[in-house]
Amino acid sequence: MKVISLFFVSSFSVLCLFIYQQKPLKQSLVDGEEIYIDFCMQCHMTNGEGVPGTFPPLANSDYLDDIDKTIYALKFGLKGPITVNGKPYNSVMVSQGLDNEEIADVTNYILRNWGNSTEEIITEERIANIQK
Amino acid sequence: MKTLRHSFFCLTLILVAACDAQEHGPKISTPNTIDYSYEIVADSIDIPWGLSLLSSNDFLVTEKAGILYHVVDGKKTAIKGLPPVYVRGQGGLLDVAHSPNYEEDGLIYFTTSSPLGEEKGGHTALYSAQLKNDSLINTSLLYKGDYNTKKGQHWGSRIAFDTEGHIYFSIGDRGNREVNPQDISRDGGKIYRLNLDGSIPKDNPFSATENSRKAIYSFGHRNPQGMITHPKTGQIWVHEHGPRGGDEINIIKPGKNYGWPIITYGINYSGTPITDITEKEGMEQPLYYWVPSIAPSGMAFSTSDIYPKWKNNLFVGSLRFEYLERLVIEKNEVVKREKVLDSIGRVRNIEQGPDGFLYVGVEGKGILKIIPKS
Repeated sequence: MKVISLFFVSSFSVLCLFIYQQKPLKQSLVDGEEIYIDFCMQCHMTNGEGVPGTFPPLANSDYLDDIDKTIYALKFGLKGPITVNGKPYNSVMVSQGLDNEEIADVTNYILRNWGNSTEEIITEERIANIQK
Repeated sequence: MKTLRHSFFCLTLILVAACDAQEHGPKISTPNTIDYSYEIVADSIDIPWGLSLLSSNDFLVTEKAGILYHVVDGKKTAIKGLPPVYVRGQGGLLDVAHSPNYEEDGLIYFTTSSPLGEEKGGHTALYSAQLKNDSLINTSLLYKGDYNTKKGQHWGSRIAFDTEGHIYFSIGDRGNREVNPQDISRDGGKIYRLNLDGSIPKDNPFSATENSRKAIYSFGHRNPQGMITHPKTGQIWVHEHGPRGGDEINIIKPGKNYGWPIITYGINYSGTPITDITEKEGMEQPLYYWVPSIAPSGMAFSTSDIYPKWKNNLFVGSLRFEYLERLVIEKNEVVKREKVLDSIGRVRNIEQGPDGFLYVGVEGKGILKIIPKS
């Protein structure tokens, strides 16, 4: 019985993996780092510290507590006044033209670095479901 | 030995930190009295990348996201019929300029990140076209860099003209600094020169060099986003984004190597060194370099009598510190730097209009006209 249920569970997992093509978290973090370096680092800096007064920090950032809001900003851009860790910012971040997989990867990377942590694994599907 | 190595490491760290912290050149100053104001002549543009002023109330603005606006008396109209724009990272619709013979040929030139070509990704392209009834007509692709890449960085691109019938434009290193800037058989990290019809001038510096891109005029650049013809000498002045520290102003000479990434005054964003040399034989030294980086974008000389105290000064936008920088230059040396429009927002572009006024592109705002207080 145990063997059979194990068989079902593993077949189901393989099937899920096949349907959603979800890449392993480890690979997502590697790809996410590359996206970060290419698209984000010039403003948010090497360790996500940002630039005081101009570019908000991603390190230990309370803005990231709302993951959907974070994904929305990455997908569609962000402008107007925001508050991050108690400090005001008012700038423009335009959409970087990243696809859903790239946004999932970089979100996973940001949420697990520089003092940020999460149990959630951001999938391409979740990015796809966030609409304007 | 271990201690020695450790002290050496510490020393290097201190030196790197010191280099990063110390401002190079004249310290940026803030004027005691502000004798100018501004008005917004085109509003609600996220990234007003390029600007071409046909007259004081008639101009073209590019929005990086892929819109070309024709602004007449403050009213924006989006022009139809743009070629494909590849919006990715720092890329999108970039600079726009009108022909020096605009009255006769009606031509506008623009640069854009372009997905054309066989490989995935994109590269910078230069087009010419004419405007008719809010549409582009006779659109002609004059140059397209290759090979395409999905990298988001360093597309350039600014446009300038000399008085001898040439157009110049820049392409950045496209995020491949180890390969592109020093290789004249590849695009990226270059200033290019073409005739106004897009053909390649016979006297271009590498026209006789085998296996070279004949449109290249100079190489060894990182990401030039400012270009202007000097009003007196007619030389092409360019500035480029350095890495962390080491933004540069250069006067472009044919066939010269401007050194990136073999020589630079900057370091990696992470703080690690890129190279340990700042000069090398056969490579040009900048006219000026900024440490720390201001992230320069846009470049103009003020030559009119509208701002008497600013006459012949150079103006450069700072994306990073959100002001317009005024540089007083004497005998090709920067002797004074001053903040104009302090804390205005990310300054993307600066142009002098045919009316002599200075027009500034500010991210999230639009186009600002600087008005002297009488």
